Amino acid sequence: MSMTLLQVVVSGLLLGAVYALFSSGLTLIWGMMNVVNFAHGDFVMLGMYTAVVIWTALGGGPWASVPVAAILIATLGVVSYFLLVRHIMKGPMLAQILGTFGLALFLRYAAFWTFGANFKTLPDTLVGHSFVLAGIRFDGPRLLAGVVGLVVTLLLHLMLTRTAMGSRMLAVSEDATAAQLMGIRPQRMQALAWALAGAATGIAGALIATFFYTSPTVGETLAIVAFVTVSFGGFGSVLGALVAGLIIGVVESLSAYLIGPVYKDVIVYVLFVLVLWFRPQGLMGKA
Amino acid sequence: MSPRRILQFAFLVLVLVYPLLAGNSPVYGRLGALVLLAAIGASAWNIVGGYAGQVSVGHSVFFGVGAYSAVVVYTHLGWPPIAGAPLGMAISVGIAAVIGVPTLRLSGHYFSMATIAVAELVRVLSSTSEFLGGAQGLSGPPVPRSVLDLSFISATPYYYIFLAVLVFLLGLTRWIEGARMGFYLRAIKDSERAARSLGVSAGHYKLYAYMLSAAFTALAGSLYLTMFGFVDPESGFGILISVKMLVMAALGGAGQLFGPLVGALILVPLEELSNSLLGGQGAGLTFVVYGAIIVIIARFLPSGLLSLFERRPARRDPVKSEPVGGHAD
Repeated sequence: MSMTLLQVVVSGLLLGAVYALFSSGLTLIWGMMNVVNFAHGDFVMLGMYTAVVIWTALGGGPWASVPVAAILIATLGVVSYFLLVRHIMKGPMLAQILGTFGLALFLRYAAFWTFGANFKTLPDTLVGHSFVLAGIRFDGPRLLAGVVGLVVTLLLHLMLTRTAMGSRMLAVSEDATAAQLMGIRPQRMQALAWALAGAATGIAGALIATFFYTSPTVGETLAIVAFVTVSFGGFGSVLGALVAGLIIGVVESLSAYLIGPVYKDVIVYVLFVLVLWFRPQGLMGKA
Repeated sequence: MSPRRILQFAFLVLVLVYPLLAGNSPVYGRLGALVLLAAIGASAWNIVGGYAGQVSVGHSVFFGVGAYSAVVVYTHLGWPPIAGAPLGMAISVGIAAVIGVPTLRLSGHYFSMATIAVAELVRVLSSTSEFLGGAQGLSGPPVPRSVLDLSFISATPYYYIFLAVLVFLLGLTRWIEGARMGFYLRAIKDSERAARSLGVSAGHYKLYAYMLSAAFTALAGSLYLTMFGFVDPESGFGILISVKMLVMAALGGAGQLFGPLVGALILVPLEELSNSLLGGQGAGLTFVVYGAIIVIIARFLPSGLLSLFERRPARRDPVKSEPVGGHAD
């Protein structure tokens, strides 16, 4: 493998780890309560603006913005759950899609109204300069984002599969009534899922902002990436989202390198349609 | 005549003479045509999204195909734009089949997401296509060459053309409501499993509804082009086009004949008003309001405004077995 190609694959893996992180929130909510959050991309977008605001107003770097974004978006998730999702999840599917889609529009254009349509970027020296290791160039912001993305996604996976809390959440997702009889409060677990998903999404947003432009409509693009990742990995599977995120990251950077940057989105959308066609349950999903 | 009949009659007369009332005011004349055009799009969406319960969030594909077909036959062949309408409808039916066959088998969310992805795919591709004018888009005839170009200064001719198309579409929808297909679609929407077990080939009927819906959405796109004379990737394939159709139908009442028209009657004037009041920045605020309205409908009135006026008591949705909401906290 030539050095350039290796470089492209490594960049793809780092990007993919971030995709995995922000997709894990979507897959968690879906697996937990069978609700698709169409506002998910806009949660990421707000995480990004949090980083921008913290940097421009307070001069803080990622060490300040990542935790703040995590807390803010987790709060947003819990508020959305109690005010909206809790009520629409029992209703017809159109109401579910409408509700979260309306939320998406509301957040997107509220951001447009507040911050304007212009792209905002953080200075690329905020995280550190790029360096060369074993012949491969590592970009500071992307390396940080990739590593944190990988670690947080794995932690989330372990939390869901290895702790009592995770088992309680799984119990609610399998049968809320039975879980309730066992002394688990379904609403509390579902709110917790929204908090965890929001925190993961906020962290991802704050990290992405260090190397990607921030704009009110960026959530639209990111939401589609998250849908592709989640459906590829299997709904409800955080580990699936991790594997799928890494694959999509690599596919995206390879197609940008081999075919042209304009077509990287096209390739991802085509991949999405192919997955829906041939393996709708995803890599690690239940059929 | 009952009061209800009198109201219906008055509304009908108002619709027919609206352009005369609007007089020479270009703003109100245009508004009437825009409401009808939006109602055509939303009523077309309603066939698959409302009656069949398959929520498409990518109907802009068909709208854009209709608009681009109309402008392409003018740009590349010199034909009147409206001659592209049948082409756009045919292509849209084909695209609907390609999207629908694999995704309509799956549960509803998959269909919604697939429709978004395909719409985005087409939007990106259209902005890279030189044939379609790239990111700049294409324009129709600058001056009408004959009446066939359907290029008028006054909005009145558009008003009556759109009205005729809307009446035809609603008539067709009304006919389907009472026909076998209407019963099948309602059965599928209530419970696909039950419908299948009674021998309804659910997949086929969902697909028919989707293709029919696609054809009329494309027609709306072609009509849009004759009136505006211009289309680019955002105004043809943008996600907001899809969202508007969905929201209008849902606001009035999805799966109800006049639901989309009611939604259009409310939202189009609202949008025009806020755009003219707030200028360029207004576009952002319009959609903040849109978003808030959608959330409120979904939360408090999931069956739309028309459900407020139903004579029979609103039917409750079947209660699910998990009493998640009823926790005694």
